[in-house]
Amino acid sequence: MSDTLADDTIPQTRPAEERSGPAIEMRDVNKWFGEFHVLRDINLKVRRGERIVICGPSGSGKSTMIRCINRLEEHQKGDIFVDGIELTNDLKKIDEIRREVGMVFQHFNLFPHLTIMENCTLAPIWVRKMPKREADEIAMTYLERVKIPEQAHKYPGQLSGGQQQRVAIARALCMSPRIMLFDEPTSALDPEMIKEVLDVMVDLAGSGMTMLVVTHEMGFARQVANRVIFMDAGQIVEQNEPEAFFTNPQHDRTKLFLSQILH
Amino acid sequence: MSDIQAESDLTYVREEMLAEAPPPVRDKGAVAWLRKNLFSSWLNGAMTVLALYVIWVIVPPLLNFAFFDAVWEGASREACATQQQGGVQPNGWFGACWPYIGDYFAQFVYGRYPIDQRWRVDIVFALFVIGLVPLLIPSAPAKGPNIVYMAVIFPVVALLLLSGGDFEYGSFIGIGEALASAAYDAGFWIDYALLALVFLGLAFAWAKATGAHALEPIKLVLVIMAALAVLLFLLGFDFGLESVPTSVWGGLLVTLVIAVTGIAASLPLGILLALGRRSDMPIVRFVCVVFIEFWRGVPLITVLFMSSVMLPLFLPEGVSFDKLLRALIGVALFSAAYMAEVVRGGLQAIPKGQYEGADAVGLAYWQKMRLIILPQALTLVIPGIVNTFIGLFKDTTLVLIIGLFDFLGQIQSSFTDPSWATPVQAVTAYLFAAFVYWVFCFAMSRYSIFTENRLRAGHQR
Repeated sequence: MSDTLADDTIPQTRPAEERSGPAIEMRDVNKWFGEFHVLRDINLKVRRGERIVICGPSGSGKSTMIRCINRLEEHQKGDIFVDGIELTNDLKKIDEIRREVGMVFQHFNLFPHLTIMENCTLAPIWVRKMPKREADEIAMTYLERVKIPEQAHKYPGQLSGGQQQRVAIARALCMSPRIMLFDEPTSALDPEMIKEVLDVMVDLAGSGMTMLVVTHEMGFARQVANRVIFMDAGQIVEQNEPEAFFTNPQHDRTKLFLSQILH
Repeated sequence: MSDIQAESDLTYVREEMLAEAPPPVRDKGAVAWLRKNLFSSWLNGAMTVLALYVIWVIVPPLLNFAFFDAVWEGASREACATQQQGGVQPNGWFGACWPYIGDYFAQFVYGRYPIDQRWRVDIVFALFVIGLVPLLIPSAPAKGPNIVYMAVIFPVVALLLLSGGDFEYGSFIGIGEALASAAYDAGFWIDYALLALVFLGLAFAWAKATGAHALEPIKLVLVIMAALAVLLFLLGFDFGLESVPTSVWGGLLVTLVIAVTGIAASLPLGILLALGRRSDMPIVRFVCVVFIEFWRGVPLITVLFMSSVMLPLFLPEGVSFDKLLRALIGVALFSAAYMAEVVRGGLQAIPKGQYEGADAVGLAYWQKMRLIILPQALTLVIPGIVNTFIGLFKDTTLVLIIGLFDFLGQIQSSFTDPSWATPVQAVTAYLFAAFVYWVFCFAMSRYSIFTENRLRAGHQR
């Protein structure tokens, strides 16, 4: 099983957009936290419209890897291209990439001093310089899409965890990103709320968004992913189409991991 | 199926859900309140009795002095002196002498400001209140223009009115002086234009060196230099007002000028210093740390002494700095260092996720700070900020030691007047001073609590 297997066999839900080339490309990316070698020679090519689920034990570097894509973490070796833009220390390029890449966090990271509506319109108004009325309309569209338009004028603290996470998704979508990163979006939620968030993500996947999802929701991976990546000790250990990945894992570490989470 | 059965059988299925019930009624009434709050235990009972005794010892004499035994009318010291002391009060009398405060009230407010010019101070006070009140009321409209008024228009107008304007500027490089030796002001403006050109050149060179677009920095330099020129022109313009040097300003006027300037300058400066101290840029961080630690490590009295005694030694001959201005700068920088540490405390309390959330949606550094981090951080540290403001307000009394007569200084200097000299004069005056300072500080404290509650209600469950 080679790293390139999945690349050419994935059906595109939407024709490639005007820009050609991969949505994300990581070449020999390495990162250390002090002495700790957290990412080791990561090579990953994500096609436009592709939906990738990344799993692995905690501390395996999955979150760090996707956080490198929008420069929440800085990589020390290797190259990362996002939407054709090389990620360097150039602040302008970082800002450009962050405008194209939406991110959803484990702990939502909504802005508690702003209403739901303001959370969603802040970045379009200040970063995209959008008139407030237009931003409000777009925000409302996405809040309807995540099925909480009636909460628009409440504050994040007044919402349940599942609702907050859906707001976080709407907030990211309001910037019309080409790529969405999800960093364990359901790990901090009560079991009853996981489904409402996953439903929104499935809906988003249906629209052809490029998605990288760090999650242990294997049902979601089977239903939505084009490719599942298993990471351990800072490396990509195995990747495959979901069906093959779950029914016929190759690497011993993958087998062990799957046997522990799938019972 | 009963609950007892359920416990023994280990299986239980609820057949009906319980309806919501009201909480139990608590004990009510005055006696219950007393028992709960004042006499809930033997120790608390003893403390209550002790507290009542202390109140009884302090409050009645204070009320007697300030109100019941006080003198309210009179024209000179006889009204407030006992017969032994050559006055009209019975021997052993001890009460406040309010007519003395009334007689000196204008001096306590204006100091030695010329009597026929005091209307200018009154206008400044009025302009200040007009600007401040709507700013403090959250629902008042036009916050934007209001802030511009308070931050730009009011300070300039106040300075012009209080000092009289018509400042003289001399040539500061020397080229202007050589070119226009006849006209003093012209020399200054020639030098100023040359300086502006130098800055423009520097901005252009910087833009070329860093590869940035040259238009932005040049525009910035032009705007700043033009604004400064307008300001300097206004301050140098002769509006026909009599010039009143700061050496005759005094009383509450000086106290408020120092306190308001200090408050208005220390908060923004403190925020910048706090951000600088947490910056990723080592040089910025270093400069901020040195600044903060220097000013925090030096007593305010030392700062004031240094500014009035040592600074003139370092300045070239003929150059003099206004004493009040030096005190203003000293107090503002001193409080800015304290403010920086208060704000830093707030910044540290903001979870990392807020920074990441702001980064992830693409906000630039200043947007992130202004829109996300600072509103939350400052809300958290309102008590600390107002604490610093109150400290600053009271510290203004220290300017007395460099020969400025603030409110307290003015009160003390009135003790030298023999026409009101009685044993109760100083007691009355200090009581009055304490009351005035307390009113200002208590108002700030109350407003801070109001703001805290308002902001907390905004986003917490």
